[in-house]
Amino acid sequence: MRQIWDIHGGVHPPENKHQSLQSPLGTIALAAELVLPLNQHIGNPAIPVVRIGQRVLKGELIADAQGIFSACIHAPTSGEIIAIEDRPIAHPSGLSAPCIVLRPDGENRWTDLHPCDDPTLLDHAALVEKIRRAGLAGMGGAGFPTAVKLNPRSTDVVETLILNGTECEPYITADDMLMRVYADEIIQGALLLARIVGSPKEILVGIEDNKPEAIAAMQTAAQGTAVEVVVFPTKYPSGGEKQLIQILTGKEVPSGKIPAQIGVLVQNVGTAYAAWRAVRYGEPLIERVTTVVGEALTVQRNIRVPLGTPVAHVLEQHGFSAAKCARIIIGGPMMGYSIEEPQVPVVKTTNCIMAPSHDEMPPAPPAQACIRCGLCAEVCPATLLPQQLYWYAQAEDFQRLENHNLFDCIECGACSFVCPSAIPLVQYYRAAKNSIRRLDAEKQKADRARERFEQRKERIARAEAEKEAKRLARKKAADEMKSRLDEQKPAAPLPDPVAAAQEKAQTVPDDADGQSKKLGRQLESVQSRLQHLQQQIAECEDAARRDALTAQLRQAELKLEDVRKKQDDLERGVSLPLDQRLQNVAQKIQASPLEAQRNAVATIEKRLAVAVEKMEDAAREQKPTLAAFTQGVEKLRLKLAEAQAELAELERQPISSDSVNPEENAAAAAIARAQAKAAAAANMSAEEKHAEQLQSLRGRVDKARAKLAEAEASGSEHIAALRTGLEKLQAKLAELEQGK
Amino acid sequence: MAFIRVTSPHAHSANSTAGVMRQVLLATLPGLAALTVYFGPGTLLNLLLACTAAVAFEAAVLKLRQRPVMFYLRDYSALVTAVLLGLALPPYCPWWVVVVGIFFAIVVAKHLYGGLGYNPFNPAMVGYVVLLISFPLEMSQWATPKGALVDGQSLPALGEALSKVFGVADLDGYSSATPLDTLRQSSGQTLEDLYRGAAIFASGRWAGNGWEWVNIAFLLGGAYLLYKRIFTWHAPVAMLASLGVLAIVFYDSGSSNSAGSPLFHWLSGATMLGAFFIVTDPVTSAVSNKGRLIYGAGVGVLVFVIRTWGNYPDAVAFAVLLMNFAAPFIDYYTVPRTYGHNKAPRATAKKVE
Repeated sequence: MRQIWDIHGGVHPPENKHQSLQSPLGTIALAAELVLPLNQHIGNPAIPVVRIGQRVLKGELIADAQGIFSACIHAPTSGEIIAIEDRPIAHPSGLSAPCIVLRPDGENRWTDLHPCDDPTLLDHAALVEKIRRAGLAGMGGAGFPTAVKLNPRSTDVVETLILNGTECEPYITADDMLMRVYADEIIQGALLLARIVGSPKEILVGIEDNKPEAIAAMQTAAQGTAVEVVVFPTKYPSGGEKQLIQILTGKEVPSGKIPAQIGVLVQNVGTAYAAWRAVRYGEPLIERVTTVVGEALTVQRNIRVPLGTPVAHVLEQHGFSAAKCARIIIGGPMMGYSIEEPQVPVVKTTNCIMAPSHDEMPPAPPAQACIRCGLCAEVCPATLLPQQLYWYAQAEDFQRLENHNLFDCIECGACSFVCPSAIPLVQYYRAAKNSIRRLDAEKQKADRARERFEQRKERIARAEAEKEAKRLARKKAADEMKSRLDEQKPAAPLPDPVAAAQEKAQTVPDDADGQSKKLGRQLESVQSRLQHLQQQIAECEDAARRDALTAQLRQAELKLEDVRKKQDDLERGVSLPLDQRLQNVAQKIQASPLEAQRNAVATIEKRLAVAVEKMEDAAREQKPTLAAFTQGVEKLRLKLAEAQAELAELERQPISSDSVNPEENAAAAAIARAQAKAAAAANMSAEEKHAEQLQSLRGRVDKARAKLAEAEASGSEHIAALRTGLEKLQAKLAELEQGK
Repeated sequence: MAFIRVTSPHAHSANSTAGVMRQVLLATLPGLAALTVYFGPGTLLNLLLACTAAVAFEAAVLKLRQRPVMFYLRDYSALVTAVLLGLALPPYCPWWVVVVGIFFAIVVAKHLYGGLGYNPFNPAMVGYVVLLISFPLEMSQWATPKGALVDGQSLPALGEALSKVFGVADLDGYSSATPLDTLRQSSGQTLEDLYRGAAIFASGRWAGNGWEWVNIAFLLGGAYLLYKRIFTWHAPVAMLASLGVLAIVFYDSGSSNSAGSPLFHWLSGATMLGAFFIVTDPVTSAVSNKGRLIYGAGVGVLVFVIRTWGNYPDAVAFAVLLMNFAAPFIDYYTVPRTYGHNKAPRATAKKVE
């Protein structure tokens, strides 16, 4: 015989269990519509995966779990989704919540299920997943998602699995009936759950001794298995999770902890049954056993009811008389809550629907003064001091309330039940708990706001400090600089510009080659600068800026002029480049005309090849430039043919040294011209030089003017560039003329 | 169709404050019977007067406080106070003594502190102590029990009693020293001599003629209430135990310095009335069972100390009032350990741990 521990306190309200146990487990006709709240469990509401108008089959997923702490919802029968909207739900608040509304088609057609003949072949993860997908949530009370409970933290080793078949609430017999009818499956479920949580040392089923038939059935079913049925004396609230653990193991769940932390896992017998159905037959949780009881009904019994069935429909099916009914209670008389609106649906946690008559459950008498009789403290299963809590709750002394462990109150109602002054103690505790929670939340919010404000203040102060520091640093630097300048002035006088210029002049490279290169670089840079400035002026819209830019442009032009002049000077002053040119030309003359022609043909061939290639590219890519390329190629071919013909001619001719071809003559003439020019330049006086330059410039100006006129006539894009070029030449000309 | 919304629990036990009070009243009957048998109709007259005055005062104060009169009268708490004070007062005491006592009990000790449930001091005992201090003469004239009457005398009849109570005639010779008085004044005599010599002891068995049976009757009434679970055993048993232990310690083998045997202390004076009807008053006692043990034991110790070394022969009223003072303090240090906690909370702690 297993040792049974006692719990502190407890009461013995009239059991009233016989009313609903007279008839066997029944079923009722389908309601016209089923209302399935998205949140039938503790945690996040499920997310609908169906749309309005969609037809679904029985057992089909209609709302999916949102995260770990949630549960799936399935269609309890086949039909059409007619709405997804807020409907009143079974909750003490009487508020509405999002629901999926299903209109049954009456065919009750199942979707494809995935049974598993031998669940022992599945591993832990697969089993938990099956239970999760079946939408299981604790069926005894709060509706804790079962899959979460079956995944305890790795540090919590479950040593004792307890199936809760206590059902200590008066009137309710749903678990009693379930154990009578489905004992075998509950035991299978217990073994399955045990396997999932790592085969605990003990598997216990706790049942109060007022259910002899259920006990007998469970004991028979448990024979030869590891499951032990433990019977203990009837007392309310033995079925509370913490109380049951104390009765069966003698251990207390530490305040604020969960049973898994002391190696215990408690599941309702209904949950075990549903788990077995889910794993073995693949059936999701779409119906449950519910007690329908109360003197305002003509039939009192237990039924298997599809989830989502409106309470009003259930009551209707049991001969409900609204006039006789004092209140409608979901749950038992000790912890159940009354509902105002009978259209609320049955959900996963609805274990009882009560419709008591006025005689059965008269309104509570008005509360009298507390005489501190202490009966409440005697019956409190949590060993609290209810009357002290009541005083503090009235005084709103929240600190004292928390200090007196208000939050360990399980709201079983034993204190209110025994109170001779009929004080609604539990209500005071609920209100106080809510106030404390609200105050805590508000305090947290205020704390966060204060923190934010303080951080902001700090931030601003920091920014200001930084600014100030920077200002000071700048000031200091400025002061330092000033004082240093003051110090340096007498010590280091400014360098003598004349000496510097002399020095610089001495360091200038002597060799003409280097200087020429330098000038070339300068020319390049000035030209690019000019180009850049012209572009800027063209783009500029601001008149003032354009003036500034124009001024810069003028400067750049002058500089360019300067550089060119220097280049000219350099060229004139040095004979080397001239000699080289002469040499080049001489080489060309020395080469035989035949060879030269061959070279020319080769060059043209090369160019032609490149041009053909480009043309082909253009043709392949269908570029608009194709025509131009084609034309180019044609010209080159002609030129090549000409050159080849000439070459053939030359090859045919006997090579004679005195034979004179036009090219040779032209080259010789060019050489002679250049030599004459160089000689003339060398011999020219400054005046003559000047006159010649002037003449050449005039020629250039004329040429440029002609080009510009041509460009203007043809609308060329280079007009602007040509015009500036012309202007420059004219300026240069004017300069030269003045210089005369 | 909307139904009413009520919070759980929806079921209530048949317990009611009025029911508790009725049980208490019922349990005083054996004691009342014994008092009447041994001391005549004086106590009955006390009760009648006390109850009438109590209901009148209660109704008047409720009216003044603008409370529903009948609703509160029906809780019987005023009657319980009146009955307890009536039982404690000497039989045949003048009517105005009773009325003044009830005034202080109901109006001052109870309603001025906020009414039922809010009074820190036991109203009946406040009334009693006010009378004891204000009218020592009237309060010390206890009737002679039947067995100790001198030859030829008999208990007063109702008419005689009425004329005595309303001051029309004097009832000489009907009052005598109580056993507690006798013991106090018997310096130099051993207990044995005293039990043999004094009429009140000689005609009795353990603690003086009449008194012992009155106490036993109250004990019976208390046992009934315990059986009915009107209160827990902690306070009365602790009180009787501490009283008994001290009596044993100072028994001094019955010498002339002896303070009396445990049995003598248990069965004399208002010991049993106090233990089962006064100390058990839930409003003014400690809250937890542990607290009630301490509270009861404190009353027992004080009763013995005042009886033996104090100025007053009986001490239940003083002892109870003193411990009423201490009750909140006891409560602070006797909060029970809550389920799931390792330690009992400190009620005085300001911070939540």
